[in-house]
Amino acid sequence: MKLIFERSVPGRSTAYLPEAPRTDLGFPLREKPPRLPELSESQVDRHYTELAKETRGVNGGFYPLGSCTMKYNPAVLETAANQPGFTDVHPLQPDESVQGCLEVMQLAERYLCEITGMDAMTLQPAAGAHGEFTGLLLIKAWHRSRGDLARTKVIVPDSAHGTNPASAAMAGFEVVNIPSDSHGYVDLEALRAAVGPDTAGLMLTNPNTVGLFDPNIAEITKIVHEAGGLNYYDGANLNAIMGIVRPGDMGFDVVHINLHKTFATPHGGGGPGSGPSGCKDFLKEFLPGIRVSEKDGMLCGTAAEKRIGDVRSFGGNFLVIVKALAYLMFIGREGVAETASNAVLNANYMMNCLKDLYPMAYDATCMHEFVITLEQMKHDTGVSALDMAKALLDYGMHPPTMYFPLIVHEALMVEPTETESRETLDEAVEVFRRIMDEAKADPEHMHERPRTTRVRRPDEVKAARKPVVRYDFDA
Amino acid sequence: MGTYVPNTRAEQQQMLEACGFTSFEDMYSCIPEKLRLKKPLQLPEGKTELEIVRAAEAAARKNRVYPTVFRGAGAYRHFIPSIVKEVTGKEEFRTAYTPYQAEISQGVLQSIFEFQTGICELTGMAAANASVYDGATAAAEACEMCREKTRRRVLVSATVDPKILSVVRTYSFGRDGEVTVVPEKDGVTDPDALEQLLDDETACFLLQQPNRYGCMEDADQAAAVVHGAKAKLIMSCNPIALAVMKTPGEIGADIAVGEGQPLGLPLAYGGPYLGFMAADEKMMRKLPGRIVGETTDINGTRCYVLTLQAREQHIRREKAGSNICSNEALCALTAAVYLAAMGPENMRRAALTCHANAAALKAKLTESGLKPVHDCPFFHEFVMQAADEAQAEQILAALDRADILGGLPLGEGKMLWCATEMNTQEEIDRAASIVKEVLEA
Repeated sequence: MKLIFERSVPGRSTAYLPEAPRTDLGFPLREKPPRLPELSESQVDRHYTELAKETRGVNGGFYPLGSCTMKYNPAVLETAANQPGFTDVHPLQPDESVQGCLEVMQLAERYLCEITGMDAMTLQPAAGAHGEFTGLLLIKAWHRSRGDLARTKVIVPDSAHGTNPASAAMAGFEVVNIPSDSHGYVDLEALRAAVGPDTAGLMLTNPNTVGLFDPNIAEITKIVHEAGGLNYYDGANLNAIMGIVRPGDMGFDVVHINLHKTFATPHGGGGPGSGPSGCKDFLKEFLPGIRVSEKDGMLCGTAAEKRIGDVRSFGGNFLVIVKALAYLMFIGREGVAETASNAVLNANYMMNCLKDLYPMAYDATCMHEFVITLEQMKHDTGVSALDMAKALLDYGMHPPTMYFPLIVHEALMVEPTETESRETLDEAVEVFRRIMDEAKADPEHMHERPRTTRVRRPDEVKAARKPVVRYDFDA
Repeated sequence: MGTYVPNTRAEQQQMLEACGFTSFEDMYSCIPEKLRLKKPLQLPEGKTELEIVRAAEAAARKNRVYPTVFRGAGAYRHFIPSIVKEVTGKEEFRTAYTPYQAEISQGVLQSIFEFQTGICELTGMAAANASVYDGATAAAEACEMCREKTRRRVLVSATVDPKILSVVRTYSFGRDGEVTVVPEKDGVTDPDALEQLLDDETACFLLQQPNRYGCMEDADQAAAVVHGAKAKLIMSCNPIALAVMKTPGEIGADIAVGEGQPLGLPLAYGGPYLGFMAADEKMMRKLPGRIVGETTDINGTRCYVLTLQAREQHIRREKAGSNICSNEALCALTAAVYLAAMGPENMRRAALTCHANAAALKAKLTESGLKPVHDCPFFHEFVMQAADEAQAEQILAALDRADILGGLPLGEGKMLWCATEMNTQEEIDRAASIVKEVLEA
């Protein structure tokens, strides 16, 4: 497929703007204009229509990408966010002219606090990892405010998402990795051995990254609290438990949530997301950005006195927040738990339909996702998790997450979400079973999958060895 | 009221039974009873879609949309060709995940590669990443890219937008690094102060072009002294100005960053926006986040993949240079479509018209009795002085009554004004005459 730069014809242009008036810029100018494409609008339109045909969205089909919560993105969320009263408002308008925006932010904070069991929340972080960083800085600022400078370590289980240790390092902490036990739960003895006067906190997601709810959670958070540390909840897996149990009631002090996952605002091919960071009352004075309060019948944005500063310009990814609020208002009080329950049910249903043929990493009721391990198969036949994932592409299905969590070898992690119907799950099960039959019958040819896509197994090593990250006009 | 769960109660019951559960309660028995929510969430009851649309419209109506805007300060109102929204609204782009499965993600991967190329062309740099959250986080990430063991200190010009400085400080608080502000003189970075502050512990210097007052900095001079001290130069640039101004690449900057919102994204009360980052060849492998690279597949077909992943959190974990995972991909696509549609000719028109309108506005406001604060070349923003804070407030209030969002008050009677191609001569005349009325009253 051609690059848009390869379609360019000198002199082509669409009259979007009038000719500019003569003007003397009075500062040093660039030697040559940027080599942007010169195209008719129809060319632009068709180029992107072609690109769209080679892109897979969840609204177009089943997308069981574990740990990513690819649920259907309702159309009304776009309608809500596309109001000119939201899109055409300058972020530095006076408060009295943005009462609607402030109302959205106030309601979003209130509802999200209620769901997570937190007391206050900042909507400024722009993604999940950004929310993690923010939450860890709250923990850092709190220990410092107490003059406790010895708390330099953050404990992270080995099953954690890579952003957890990376965020801890960005917040200036040393990362202490602790092993999981044979069930994928936090190893309590290892945790007890790891905590001490240097413990700043623990980062955890529950259900954990292998899709299991850690039943020792109250004990875990207690161990950390008794050692003087704080507990950080990674909201990656909130979709399994919202309305059932709250991080705040499990003993967590700080959370982040991913609005682009749990609350159905789309992923956009990798963002924009939104990662509000919530906390218990004793930490709220450190929250970055502004929070909305009411004064003389008017809403206004105020900055906390000891805030850690800002983690981004302005108040956050506002239009994403509008969508999350619209989603929450639609499903409402009862819908929250119903959503979680069906996410868990769909995962268990699929797991049960596959477990006679696919070895599960853990033999237990899963939450919203389950993990297959193909270690034995790889050993016996040479067919890997990657091969199986690529074979799914031949059936038009988006594969599950591969090779995560790292503690499970040859992992395929499946998260169907609650928005898939039983027929879709049954069809997916059929495909999974068929490729297993194919793998057993002819393991050698599995390395050649997919067979039907235009592009097949790109050479990643070549891409990284001599990186080409921009079009070369002179080639 | 409803959810987006398709399965009926009867189907759910059958599925529960197929799994060996008697009920949802039974399914959740692995969660300790004492932890579970005992009472319903304090949330309103669910609503129908009709009610949701009404609520959104009602909230949006409580905001004022100014038909005339002379305010920028980091968020700029520009013309957005209709094709931009048309393309970015496509379900495939909107609802895709990060392109981990390259075979079925060539569309989004290629669009990012084209975005990276567009950013390289605007900035004159060798390599760009797939985006970060916004211009301020781009600047903060760039500063962290430059910090080394013995060079821990980051210098930031006082003429950098305070919102950016605040984020640089926050990131720096995380890594326990040091930030020193280089004083300003006559609306630009004080060159003598910069030279004095540069030492062998300085990692980098962050300069904004045009700066927070709209003034153009002497970036060539800054590059010379910064590189003389073996530190890195980071330039935070306005992408519309880059269509005409000397590029960071031509100046010899090590990293170029900026807020990509002017490239086709609406004001949207502050977000989602788009941070762009570009670097020279030497710094490329330190760029944070996703980078798309070209390669070939097993048939030899040209294709695109996420590359240089060994830098990233999912591989490097605590040793990664940044934790960024999700970025602003759809906003990057928006910018790519905007650049493709606009092409070099419309970009030139946008930039020149911004400057011409700003120059006209500045002249008119001066005629009306406000005083220009700085005597320096500017792009599309400038600062004007009223007699005092009260007079500035009166001016902004009078403009507000005429549905005009005036300049941003900076305190002590100073206001930061902005004009873009969206402003007409008639708007400029009307604003100036209102200002004149206030000053003569």
